[in-house]
Amino acid sequence: MTVTASFRWREPSILPGFGLALGVTVTALSLIVLIPLTGLFAKAAGAGPADIWAVATSPRTLAALRLSFAGALVAALVNTVFGLILAWVLVRYEFPGRRLIDAAVDLPFALPTAVAGISLAAIYAPNGWVGSWLAPLAFRVTIPFTDIAFGFDGKVAYTPLGVMVALIFIGLPFVVRTVQPVLEELQGDVEEAAALLGASRLRTVFCVVLPPVLPALLTGFVLAFARAVGEYGSVIFIAGNIPMVSEIAPLLIVIRLEQFDYAGAAVMAAMMLLISFALILAVNLVQAKARRRYGDV
Amino acid sequence: MSVAVTIEAIEKRFENFPALRGVSLDIQPGELVALLGPSGSGKTTLLRLIAGLEEADRGRVLFGETDTRDLSLRERRIGFVFQQYALFKTMNVADNIAFGLRSRPRDARPDAAEIRKRVKDLLELVQLPGLDKRYPSQLSGGQRQRVALARALAIEPRVLLLDEPFGALDAKVRKDLRAWLRELHGRTGHTTVFVTHDQEEALELADRVAILNDGRIEQVGSADDVYDHPATPFVCEFLGEVNKLPVKVVGSQAFFDNRPVLGGLTQNQGGAAALYVRPQHLRIVDETPLALPGTVEHLRRNGPLRRAEVAIDGLKKRLDVDLASQVAPAIGERVKLRITHGNLFAAA
Repeated sequence: MTVTASFRWREPSILPGFGLALGVTVTALSLIVLIPLTGLFAKAAGAGPADIWAVATSPRTLAALRLSFAGALVAALVNTVFGLILAWVLVRYEFPGRRLIDAAVDLPFALPTAVAGISLAAIYAPNGWVGSWLAPLAFRVTIPFTDIAFGFDGKVAYTPLGVMVALIFIGLPFVVRTVQPVLEELQGDVEEAAALLGASRLRTVFCVVLPPVLPALLTGFVLAFARAVGEYGSVIFIAGNIPMVSEIAPLLIVIRLEQFDYAGAAVMAAMMLLISFALILAVNLVQAKARRRYGDV
Repeated sequence: MSVAVTIEAIEKRFENFPALRGVSLDIQPGELVALLGPSGSGKTTLLRLIAGLEEADRGRVLFGETDTRDLSLRERRIGFVFQQYALFKTMNVADNIAFGLRSRPRDARPDAAEIRKRVKDLLELVQLPGLDKRYPSQLSGGQRQRVALARALAIEPRVLLLDEPFGALDAKVRKDLRAWLRELHGRTGHTTVFVTHDQEEALELADRVAILNDGRIEQVGSADDVYDHPATPFVCEFLGEVNKLPVKVVGSQAFFDNRPVLGGLTQNQGGAAALYVRPQHLRIVDETPLALPGTVEHLRRNGPLRRAEVAIDGLKKRLDVDLASQVAPAIGERVKLRITHGNLFAAA
């Protein structure tokens, strides 16, 4: 493959504005995103290889990172399913209170996260409204002939489960709001065509309706995931923050800062940044491929 | 394979708007019928009712002897082509066409090799061989509509329904596809109903044309029938251009402005009536007892046609007159017009 066209700064266009727009973009992006992040990496690098390794591999760091990323992943997956259903209901059906629910979806955006955290903690605490209902549901199952056991001890607040509840709460609007416009644009005649061709409702939904929504769903998933990884305010109230159990990475960074361990905090932050960036980049590549193939999805 | 479709006294309301008010129509097996009418006349609603996408308030649709209310959408086996194609854009052409076959219950589903063969045959039938791996976004409008037709034909439909199939295409492609569809129908012989608001398309393509207006069928007949012998003033005005002349009928003659303009009438009783005359049925003549005097006010050229607008004494609207090639009146010239053919309707 040979590249014949020479590199050009911009597509030629009669309409002016490229220089100004790019200038403003680069300046703003530098001031707000690139310079602070570079500073972060510089600070982390200043710690020296041995210290970086020590911080990065300490069990407490790894446990916090695992909880943050696994919790964010589970929360984003739950939000993807639930958010899709919610968006579907809001777009497809007309019912009393639809506008109210539509508006309520945005509340997690607007609410100060600390308020959300305190409310969730109060409700899900063992003596709270929901928590007191959950306590009797405790169960434990051991798979026969193995040591593998799982269960639910009836507690949500002050456990990793509580972390996920908070992350689901704050991530929900992202999926709903990215999927909703795409669902609205779907044309009804495609579903009618599938039905007349003899497809069952299930086949119609999964083979015809959902595939065009997938890229938007993926975007919503990534946004909810990214938000959940960085979430701090709402989680710390419901998590209980027990080191190695329910302590999230952002909290551990704050703890290190309060102990004047700036290098340690910077190393952890840099690790979070790299993992997040790699995940988001991967998803964006998948999406770009889908867009090239299907055209205007 | 093809079945007769019988529509019996269908009524359908949307909210408070009556879309169909008692429509009956018999369609023979293998017949190509056009539903023609202005927008809002109920033609698309009727098509969707035959397909089962709408439910009638009253009346029923029969496929052969079977009441379609007893059939599910799948059992109806309808090939439906939508105006906006309605292709599945995340599937390539081959998967689009195979969708209906793959949707069949497991015991009735052809195997993969059979499906591949059918897709290949259908792509050849619609003259798009080799495009099976393309996605709908990579096709032109005309190609998309042909893929949509292949997809509809894949399920071996008992009835083929087309909803303004060429409505979204440009004039040249429309003409090509029209001729092609006529030929395809001749070969496959499906009972076909198509909706259009384009009278030229309906007259050229269909065995019979049903003209709808305001939720009712005004007339059903062959192209010649409905064009030459319109049953109602609406049909006359909707099919092609027409001049309207208020006349008074006495005996076998029609009078305009106390002058006889058309003789030899048999069908009408006397009294006030409206005479509908097409531009090609007006001729400029030198002298005749039955003639309309007027002044040429405007000359136009429309493709092969030359047309004069003639102001008639005592009539507000000018008459459109098609000119024979050797006749060349000047603007402002006094002429006499003779009516060679007209349709009389009782005055509204």
